Amino acid sequence: MNLLRIALKSARFRRTSLLLTIFTIAISVTLLLGVDKIRKESKSSLLNTVSQTDLIVGARSSPTNLLLYSVFRIGNATNNVTWDTYQDIASQDEVAWTIPISLGDSHRGFRVMGTNTDYFDFYQYGEKRSLVVGEGERFAEVYDTVLGADVANELGYSIGDQITIAHGLVSADFAEHDDKPFTVVGILDKTGTPVDRTVHVSLAGIEAIHVDWQGGGRSAVELDAEQALLLDLTPEAITAFMVGLENRAQTFRVQRAINDYSDEPMSAILPGATLAEFWRTISTVEQLLFVISGFVLIVGLLGMLTTILSTLNERRREIAVLRSIGARASHVISLILLETLLVVAAGCMAGVALLYGLLAIARPIVARRTGIDLAMTWLDPTQLSILAGVVLGAGLVALIPGIIAYRRSIQDGLALKV
Amino acid sequence: MIVPGPVLALERLRFRWPGQSHDTVAIDDLSLAAGEHLFVRGASGSGKTTLLNLLAGVHTPTSGSVRLLGTDLADLSASKRDQFRADHIGVIFQQFNLLPYLSTLENVTLSCAFSARKQQRATGGSDGGNVNAKVTARRLLEALNLGEPLHDAPVNKLSVGQQQRVAVARALIGDPEILIADEPTSALDADNRDRFMELLFREAEAQNCTLIFVSHDPQLADGFAQSIELRSPVDDLEAVS
Repeated sequence: MNLLRIALKSARFRRTSLLLTIFTIAISVTLLLGVDKIRKESKSSLLNTVSQTDLIVGARSSPTNLLLYSVFRIGNATNNVTWDTYQDIASQDEVAWTIPISLGDSHRGFRVMGTNTDYFDFYQYGEKRSLVVGEGERFAEVYDTVLGADVANELGYSIGDQITIAHGLVSADFAEHDDKPFTVVGILDKTGTPVDRTVHVSLAGIEAIHVDWQGGGRSAVELDAEQALLLDLTPEAITAFMVGLENRAQTFRVQRAINDYSDEPMSAILPGATLAEFWRTISTVEQLLFVISGFVLIVGLLGMLTTILSTLNERRREIAVLRSIGARASHVISLILLETLLVVAAGCMAGVALLYGLLAIARPIVARRTGIDLAMTWLDPTQLSILAGVVLGAGLVALIPGIIAYRRSIQDGLALKV
Repeated sequence: MIVPGPVLALERLRFRWPGQSHDTVAIDDLSLAAGEHLFVRGASGSGKTTLLNLLAGVHTPTSGSVRLLGTDLADLSASKRDQFRADHIGVIFQQFNLLPYLSTLENVTLSCAFSARKQQRATGGSDGGNVNAKVTARRLLEALNLGEPLHDAPVNKLSVGQQQRVAVARALIGDPEILIADEPTSALDADNRDRFMELLFREAEAQNCTLIFVSHDPQLADGFAQSIELRSPVDDLEAVS
């Protein structure tokens, strides 16, 4: 019978208190790994919101603001970019493609975005993934609309349904473009990005619903849907546009040229860099969460220390017996350390199991609510080193009762004070 | 193992706890031949336990020497002394000798876990597994009137008398030269005590093992070749006053 077997049997004998300790450690490990997981997934989800786009251009503003309204549909543009300027930049040699973005209207809480079919061709997110019109087709007519997956899902729309678009961002009866309803012709597959929560129409569609509007209200002369089609529906301005370049190496040169554009003040941002910067500002919260879960773990380990220290008294006899048959002081310390490591290892395993159990339950819910996919990947090196740190920390903590037990065993000798 | 010299030899042995003004243990000369048994009598507080710890190599003397089987324990390091105890000494306590989480049989073979020598001797050869040690343990338990059904029972199912006999089996497995017993009968009634003493002597003699028996009860001194009495420092104080 070796020391490990003795430690195992001894631990099994005191399993009630040890199980509670294992449970405490499992919870703190789950918390620590869970926070780390969520932090990483939300980061990669955020950074993958838009990809393969070299520049995003809008009226002059802070990079974060431009990013927020053009990509995340949060907040508003301070100004527009004129159609002529857009055409000028789009026609430059370095520019491979552009996606115009026209924002400002909404449908029942979802933002409406005017664009053209280049959007379906060139917009990419994640690992070079393009948009897929899962049901129906792209918009072709002025009053066609293509819905993001969440819009269709939450509002229960299907192909052929008619929707009206509200002027501005709040839905109100008096500001509905109800004279010009749109027909749902396509529904995009889920992307896990803000695209899911967007109603897409053509630029001409945006123009058509605004032809008889002036400064936020209807003008005296009303034009119905058919009459509007007879007009020139080329917009005068758009909110922003995305740019793909022929050659990535030219990104900074084109960016500078746009920033210095003399006819109109504009900002061109690198989406990747701005996303990373944006992440840094919001990740403080998650770092705080991580620190808190670190403290929870420390509390867990201290709880374990308390449990082990409290069992030392009842184990005095056990240790004296072992000493009497020749166990060395080092055996006594090893026994305590082994028990601690067994408890912590069990706690870590239970914690990891709990984590994956929770992930399996939370995954569909989180994906539906936030579009973040909590992929069931195996523990990454950081998480493994967190676990290793937990075990190492526990080993260090266990030295305290180990040394106490050792000292006592020397003091007690073979005497058993009953 | 036939030891040429004495099994146990104490010379001007003194032990004093740090900060105390008198010696807890003071024995000038004591020598035990192989198979000779020693009875140590003393009231509680007379230093019996300290003496046992000195003999077992847990404590080291303040001065003088403890020689076991020709080895001066002071020459050994702490871990060597532990190994010496594991290899050559069996210990029986007053009570609670057994580990509650092991079966009766496992408690007995536990002695072999810390001593390759005992393991080897219990298996009766140079090469033997735990199975053989178990056979030896079962034989010892049978000899101590502990029948087969008790061998695999949890030890808390045993009576105090039975537990003490299991402790004897554990102390004797692997043929140690020295058996140290610290008031092993104190928790037993008179009948059980007499039978226990009988078994203890029989098995010690069967193994040619030197028994060092500590008790406050002078009635048990029969059958011991030598007997010493430890004087309690409390007695000294009373003598002074």
